Amino acid sequence: MSEASSRERSSVWEEVLSHLFLVLFVIFALYPVLWVLSTAFSAGTAPERSIWPIPREPTLQHLIGVLTAPSFFRQTLNSLVVSVATAGVGIGIALPAAYAMSRFSFLGKEAGVRVLLATQMFPMVASAVPLYILLEYLGLLDTRTGLVVCYATTSVPFAIFQLRGAFDGIPRDLEEAAMVDGATRLGAFVRVVLPAARPAIAVTGLFAFMSAYNEFILAATILGKEEALTLPVVLQRYVGEHDAAWGSFAAGSLVVSLPVMLLFYIVQRHLVSGLTAGGVKG
Amino acid sequence: MARVVLSSIEKRFGETRVLKGVDIQVPDGGFAVLVGPSGCGKSTLLRIIAGLEETDTGSVTFGDRNVTDLAPRDRDIAMVFQSYALYPHLTVRDNLAFGLSLRKTPKSEIAERIKEVSAMLGLDALLERFPRQLSGGQRQRVAMGRAIARRPQVFLFDEPLSNLDAALRAQVRVDIRKLHDRLEATSIYVTHDQVEAMTLADVLFVLNQGCVEQSGPPLEVYARPRTRFVASFLGSPAMNFLTAEAEQVGDRLKLSAPGVDLALPPLTQPPPKHVVVGIRPHDVFFAEDGGLQAEVDVLEALGSESFAHAQVGKEAFVARLPGSAQPARGSTLRLSVRDEDVHIFDTDSGVSLRAPEAT
Repeated sequence: MSEASSRERSSVWEEVLSHLFLVLFVIFALYPVLWVLSTAFSAGTAPERSIWPIPREPTLQHLIGVLTAPSFFRQTLNSLVVSVATAGVGIGIALPAAYAMSRFSFLGKEAGVRVLLATQMFPMVASAVPLYILLEYLGLLDTRTGLVVCYATTSVPFAIFQLRGAFDGIPRDLEEAAMVDGATRLGAFVRVVLPAARPAIAVTGLFAFMSAYNEFILAATILGKEEALTLPVVLQRYVGEHDAAWGSFAAGSLVVSLPVMLLFYIVQRHLVSGLTAGGVKG
Repeated sequence: MARVVLSSIEKRFGETRVLKGVDIQVPDGGFAVLVGPSGCGKSTLLRIIAGLEETDTGSVTFGDRNVTDLAPRDRDIAMVFQSYALYPHLTVRDNLAFGLSLRKTPKSEIAERIKEVSAMLGLDALLERFPRQLSGGQRQRVAMGRAIARRPQVFLFDEPLSNLDAALRAQVRVDIRKLHDRLEATSIYVTHDQVEAMTLADVLFVLNQGCVEQSGPPLEVYARPRTRFVASFLGSPAMNFLTAEAEQVGDRLKLSAPGVDLALPPLTQPPPKHVVVGIRPHDVFFAEDGGLQAEVDVLEALGSESFAHAQVGKEAFVARLPGSAQPARGSTLRLSVRDEDVHIFDTDSGVSLRAPEAT
C-alpha cells in the first residue's frame, strides 16, 4: 500500500519535472517570436530594451505601413507564385523520376543517384554567379521564371530523394494487384501508388515551398527591380545601411509568416503517416 | 473458365536458374496446387502465369488463347496476394469495385456484383471501412472478394493463408474449396503448406529446385511418391528414412540394417547394394514378429494417438501408435509394415525403385 503510494508520488514528481522542463523550452523557443511581436506593435523604430516582450506604446502604424507599401501586394504575389511553382516543378519532375529509380533498374541509375546526391552537397551561394550569368543570357533576370528555374535545381534532386524513399516503402504488391485488376503501369501509379504516397508528397511539396519562400541570397542576387522582389528581400530592405526600421521589419516578418502557418495548418492532415498501414499483412 | 497450359517454362534471375523447363496442365475448372519448399520457384511460376514476370522460354495458354506476351490486365485473371495488397486509400466497397470500374463495367452491375460477393463472404458490415480498420481475417476475405467480383477465367492464389492464425487458416481453407466448387473457375494455388496442398488440390504439382518433381491427384502422389524429396515433403510427421542393404534372395527382396529385417516382393530390376527405405509413421503397427525394432526415446501422447520418437539401429524413427499404447522410455517396440507401404529409393538419385511408371 505504502509502496504503491510512494510510487504514485514519485510519478507525480516526474510528471511535474518533465512538464517544467518542457515549459522552459517552449518559452526559450517562443521568446524571440514574442519579441518580434512586441517590436511590431511598439511605436518608434528601435526595438524595446525591456526584458518583457510587451509593447510599451501599442500602435498599428508599422503594420499598416508594411501593408500599404506601394509594391507589397505585387511582392507577396511574387513570393507565392515562385514558391508554388518551385514546389510544383519539383514534385512534377521528381514523381516520375523517383518512381523509376525506386522500381526499375536501368543503365546509369547508380551514377545518376550519385550525381543527384552531389548536387545536394554544394551550398546554393556557390552557384549564384554562374546562375546569374546564365539567367542574363536567357533574359530571365528580374523574372519569376528565372527564380523558379534556379530553385528547381535544388528542389528537384531533393524531391527525388524524398519520394524515392517513399516509393520504396510502398509494397510492389499494391501496384501488381492493380495491374492484375486491369490497370496499366501508369494507371497503377496514378490510382494506387500516388494516393499511398500522398503524405510523403505533401511533406516534400511543403518543404520545397518553404525553402523557396524563405530563400534570400539568390533572390537578392537575381532580382533588382522593386516590383520583382520576393518577400525576404523586401524584409531585408527595411534594415538598410543608414537606417533600420525595426518596427516595419518585425511587422513585415509577421505578415510574411502568415501564409506558411496557414499552409502548415492545411497540410498537417496529410502529414499523418501510416496511411499505407492496412494494405499489407494481417 | 479455361484450361491452363504451361509448356517448357524457363526463367533465370541473373546467373540463377529459377525454373528449369516446367510443364503444367490444369484442366478447365480444376484446382491446381503448386507446392514446394521456399526457393523452389513456385511463386515465380505463379507470377509468370499472372504476367507479372516474363518467361525466358516456353508459353502460357488459357483455353485456346496464347497469353505469353500479354500484359496482366489482358489475361483475365484475378490474384489473391499473400499480403492481400488491399488499396489502403479505398474503402472495402471501392476495393471490390476497383477492377470492375477500370473495365468500365456499368455502375448498376458493379453494385450488383458487390452485393453478391459481400453476401457470399459476409462483408456487408464492412463495406464502408478502410483496410486499416479490418482484422487479418477480414482483409483476407476482402482480398478474395476483390478477386471473385471480377469473375475472371483463372484465379491465382499466392500463399493466401500464411498470415492467418492456425484456427482461422483451417476455416478459410475449407471456405476456399467451397467457393471454388461453387464458382467452377480454374484455380492455381501456391503454398508451402502440405496440409493446404493435400486438402485443396484436384491436381498437385510438387516443385523442387525449379522442376516439377511429381504431379497428380494428391492422394496418389502421397501414396506413390516418385522421389525421396516428394516422400519427405508430404505427410506429417515426415516419412522415416533408413539406409539398408538390399539382397535378392529367391523370390524375395531382403532389406537388412540394424533393427531392420524386411522381406518384400522383388523389384522389377536387380536391386543396388544399398537402398534408402522409406516408411511413414502412420503405416507401422505392432506385431510380435515385426521386421522393425525401435527403441523408444520420447512418447508424445495426443490422446487419440501417440507418436513414439524412437531409434531403429542408430537412425531416428517416428512411429504412430494407438492412443492406448504407453510404451516406457527405453523399451523396444516390435513393429511391422505392409509390403505396399514400404518405399524404396535409390541412395544417390533419390528416385523410387518401386513405383517406376506411376503418374
